[in-house]
Amino acid sequence: MSHPAILQTIEAFGEITHIADPSQIVSLCRYFKDEEEFVRLSGLTAVDWHPAEPRFEVVYHLHSIERNKRVRIKCKVSGTNPEIDSVFSVWRSADWHEREVFDLFGISFRNHPNLVRILMPIDWDGHPLRKDYPVHGYKYSYPNE
Amino acid sequence: MNKSLEDNFSTVPALEEFPSSPSAPRRMTLNMGPQHPSTHGVLRIVLELEGETIRSAAPDIGFLHTGIEKQCEALTWAKTLTLTDRVDYLANLSNNLVYCLTVEKLLQIEIPERAQWLRVMMTEFQRLSSHLVWLGTHALDIGAMSIFFYCFREREEILRILEMFSGQRMMTSYIRIGGIALEPPRGWEKAVGKFIRGFPSKVDEYENLLDANPIWGIRTRGVGYISLEDMLDLGVTGPMIRGAGLPLDCRKTEPYSSYDKFNFDVATQTGNDVYSRYRVRLQEMRESAKIVTQALEGMPSGPYVADAPHVVLPDREKMKTQMEALIYHFKIVTEGFRVPAGEVYQCIESPRGEIGYYIVSDGTAKPYRLHMRTPSFANLMALPTMLKDTLIADSIASLGSMDFVLGDTDR
Repeated sequence: MSHPAILQTIEAFGEITHIADPSQIVSLCRYFKDEEEFVRLSGLTAVDWHPAEPRFEVVYHLHSIERNKRVRIKCKVSGTNPEIDSVFSVWRSADWHEREVFDLFGISFRNHPNLVRILMPIDWDGHPLRKDYPVHGYKYSYPNE
Repeated sequence: MNKSLEDNFSTVPALEEFPSSPSAPRRMTLNMGPQHPSTHGVLRIVLELEGETIRSAAPDIGFLHTGIEKQCEALTWAKTLTLTDRVDYLANLSNNLVYCLTVEKLLQIEIPERAQWLRVMMTEFQRLSSHLVWLGTHALDIGAMSIFFYCFREREEILRILEMFSGQRMMTSYIRIGGIALEPPRGWEKAVGKFIRGFPSKVDEYENLLDANPIWGIRTRGVGYISLEDMLDLGVTGPMIRGAGLPLDCRKTEPYSSYDKFNFDVATQTGNDVYSRYRVRLQEMRESAKIVTQALEGMPSGPYVADAPHVVLPDREKMKTQMEALIYHFKIVTEGFRVPAGEVYQCIESPRGEIGYYIVSDGTAKPYRLHMRTPSFANLMALPTMLKDTLIADSIASLGSMDFVLGDTDR
């Protein structure tokens, strides 16, 4: 399994993680789907490593039914103006998962057909799953607490 | 902040423009939900109709979003467990189990066989109760009223068994990190045995009630078709994909919690319509009953929690008599335990499909990131494809056959 976009491969807890170059994510996913039979994108999410830089990690979980195997692909994305290419053209299931990451982390996906908030109200400010977003007391003060 | 209703509509996901040519049929936009009874929760679907035919459907979710993933980051590993109950409120134990398996993978602790078997038994009970709710309400949506009462009769007995084991009917938190919460009460074999011996004949009863009814056949056969390629592409799992002939089941392909020691079949059908999904779920109920029977007959003896005093709360007797146990109890309850840094993904087969938890730990007493890949969220993505160019009267049957739980979708 080798593709120029894979920068590093880690094996831990019996799971394989490929760290990949974010600029080539679409071609890498296409390679995994077509050549390695990973027909399913099982999930897509992100992790915020605030205040580190690059701040975000976008995480893809791929599943191959044929080989009964799962791999994880991770891409590091900068905290200022976070952007990465959408893999919607590879798997249509990326649609809502990418909208969710956009909604909760504020990472935008280039070439996504309909990148709007999905879980939060459409007029919401801020991205709740960011680490600098408080768990409690956003925009409100609780003087008696 | 004060956006008008019209602005709200303008952001509804891509709907086709009205046709400009006068000869083209007129289209009507219809809001189904958020308070439509057949959506079983708060789901809004924006339908675009051409006469009685649905030309496009755009689900609008998020009404039940409670920020569970965010809240988990502020709680200790043990406290997070109670939130996992509340994600999918019809499959609480499945969510408990996947969370515990994920954390145990990070902690690398060995779970005693008895605890594993009890986990299997309880999650199969959960599958039965979830499928019973599904069957009752789905039939009710389509118009078969009486089956609801039959299903809830058995579900009530299952909830009594859950209460007997854990003290709770629904939000059980019975499966804990390192094992299970309590040793089963005396006489549990009798209660479980009595229920499970009678259950297969109850499934036959549901089958007779529905299959003998010609209206049921007309309303379900050939309705809600979506191709297998589309389902794979859209990330659909669970009874939906098994109804299209693909035996995709984590219990078989990636056995967890000693499922490999049980003898059961993966139910599949090839019709790929509402009727096949119904057949798959009926067959799954029979298979679950088989698994519970095997668990009952071969239940191993031994401890019900792992030998990991830094993770598992000591029992009350030891806590009151031994200094070390008291110290561990105090530390676990106040500051929690640390979980080694790392990231893992674990999936199990819930009644609805693949639940996967992705946990990132930074080595502290709280999860750094917990992502729930929930089956309802992924399955609901297939809805526009499924409803496109079908009749509006069939949309209720198609929706029901997906068996989503909105709490699971919105988290």
